[in-house]
Amino acid sequence: MTSADTPPRTLPSTSDNLLIADAGEGTRVEFRGVVKEYGSTRVLHGVDLDIAPGEFVSLLGPSGCGKTTALRVLAGLEKATAGEVRLGGQDVSAVPTNRRDIGMVFQSYSLFPHLRVADNTAFGLRRRGIGKKDAATRAADALELVGLGHLADRFPHQLSGGQQQRVALARALVTEPRVLLLDEPLSALDAKVRVQLRDEIRRIQLRLGITTVFVTHDQEEALAVSDRIAVMNAGRIEQIGTPEDLYLNPATPGVAAFIGVSSVVAGVVEGDVVTVWGVRLPLQAPSEPGPVDVFLRPENLRLADGDAPGMDAIVQESTFLGSFRRTLVRTSDGALVRVQHAATDRVEYAERVRIALSADPVAVRPRERERD
Amino acid sequence: MNRLAPSPAARWIIGAVVGLVFVIPFLATFLFTLSSPDGSYSLDRWVALFDPENARRYAPIWTGLANSLVLAGVTVLIVLFLFTPTMVLVALRFPKLRRGFEFLALLPITIPAIVLVVGLAPIYLQIGRTLGTGAWTLAFAYGILVLPFTYRSIQASIDAIDVKTLAEAARTLGAGWVTVLVRVIAPNLRQGLLAASLISVAVVLGEFTIASLLNRQVLQTGLVVINRQDAYAAAVFTLLALAFAFVLLLIIGRAGRAGTGRTPS
Repeated sequence: MTSADTPPRTLPSTSDNLLIADAGEGTRVEFRGVVKEYGSTRVLHGVDLDIAPGEFVSLLGPSGCGKTTALRVLAGLEKATAGEVRLGGQDVSAVPTNRRDIGMVFQSYSLFPHLRVADNTAFGLRRRGIGKKDAATRAADALELVGLGHLADRFPHQLSGGQQQRVALARALVTEPRVLLLDEPLSALDAKVRVQLRDEIRRIQLRLGITTVFVTHDQEEALAVSDRIAVMNAGRIEQIGTPEDLYLNPATPGVAAFIGVSSVVAGVVEGDVVTVWGVRLPLQAPSEPGPVDVFLRPENLRLADGDAPGMDAIVQESTFLGSFRRTLVRTSDGALVRVQHAATDRVEYAERVRIALSADPVAVRPRERERD
Repeated sequence: MNRLAPSPAARWIIGAVVGLVFVIPFLATFLFTLSSPDGSYSLDRWVALFDPENARRYAPIWTGLANSLVLAGVTVLIVLFLFTPTMVLVALRFPKLRRGFEFLALLPITIPAIVLVVGLAPIYLQIGRTLGTGAWTLAFAYGILVLPFTYRSIQASIDAIDVKTLAEAARTLGAGWVTVLVRVIAPNLRQGLLAASLISVAVVLGEFTIASLLNRQVLQTGLVVINRQDAYAAAVFTLLALAFAFVLLLIIGRAGRAGTGRTPS
């Protein structure tokens, strides 16, 4: 998806914005063996995570994987059953939320309905004992930063969803917190606004140098903005790495399934090549010889003529995505595989097609014994 | 227009009949207070009420009214500073208790006042020993009596906002619990709290049974005393009390409507 038709807004310059002028180094955030249990249900199984100052880290995973719980433990809204959370090297496990010096944007609209945008934004400053006048100046700068300076006199119910989340972002940033926490702030917005705001959050974050933890279930969102992504599943971090890392070298089938839209097919490793459907492909990373699962991304595959080396398949569904098409096929050995191809190559449901592989390096994972 | 709705004419007729049912007793009472033994009408009795010379005669009413107003005030304080924070706490921290809490809050409406008094009598014996027998102590009983009425309006306000997220947002911005309650939640419950307060005042001013059985002097017991001596004066006071309650209800109605279309000033 492209970043909307309107050109990105220019951020205010250093000289006339207090927030940008105060941009700092960011704070280190650490999770040390964080366990969270609700009664007898364990939702976090010892999470360890080290976030460098100024880093943008996403917690990515399906719903119920514990990513929001992890963020809430960091915010102090939930108490960890075991383990500790450190901010700037200091254990804050016993520090209540209101003294942790954090900024947070919530999934649901969280502006105070009885306060105007300007007063909503100034709320955190006033709680820190900053005078009315100073708070108003800083709040105005924060609103300028998110491009809503002109709406300062409105009430929340007079704003669109996207505007409300922008104000919430300004309100979270205005106190210059040690860490910015984003709990799926974009999920209630429509697609175009979502992409715009996502990119803008990243630009503002880079500009302010604030350590940011972003919770999302949308892998495209995470890939687009993160320095690193922690993929979570069932209360554990399955893999943490740069977006490229995760996309090219998924550590587990869960990660592979979640990042990109890889298909998993059977192959056999011999030396430094893997044989899939009779085609020899180079390996991304060395692997033990023997049967493996091979992760094929849609762009590794293409539709081919009848006799090209590859696999016969039957079209299950085909989705038009603008400049290209993504088609789900079932190969004759029973695997479901996604193929990306030119939008002009139209295919019909149940049509027989030939799938060919491009010679790009692929990621593999030894087959688990019980699956043999 | 809704096909099931009555036609305009039918609506006027229904309105008129219901209106008459309400108005006739009031009108009759009003004419009663104006009538003289010789058949003519005058406002003399209304004027006599406020005549200093009659102060002694109507003392039970004035004492009762003063007590009732104190009780109304204390009851409202109980609703605002004990009941409301409890409801917010239930909404924020113990959502599972909501059903049980609702049941408890609505319970007093199902218990006859006589039964309440039987239960309350020994408690008031203790209260009398520790806190004295001041008129205001009756507010403890009234605090329970108004629960069913206040619960609904406050809960509706709580349900209209996302208390949990608002409280959490305020906490992350550095607000302590008291600030969260006073600066974030209470302002957003304004209409519910106003309505609950006014209903409490109306209930307290209209309460007779408990006060009478516990031998307290309030507005309604005063009216009964006066009624024995001077039925006309009692009728005048009744009309005044009703008018006051009517004004309260109007204000509640206004407050409720203001909530739907808040605009910036």
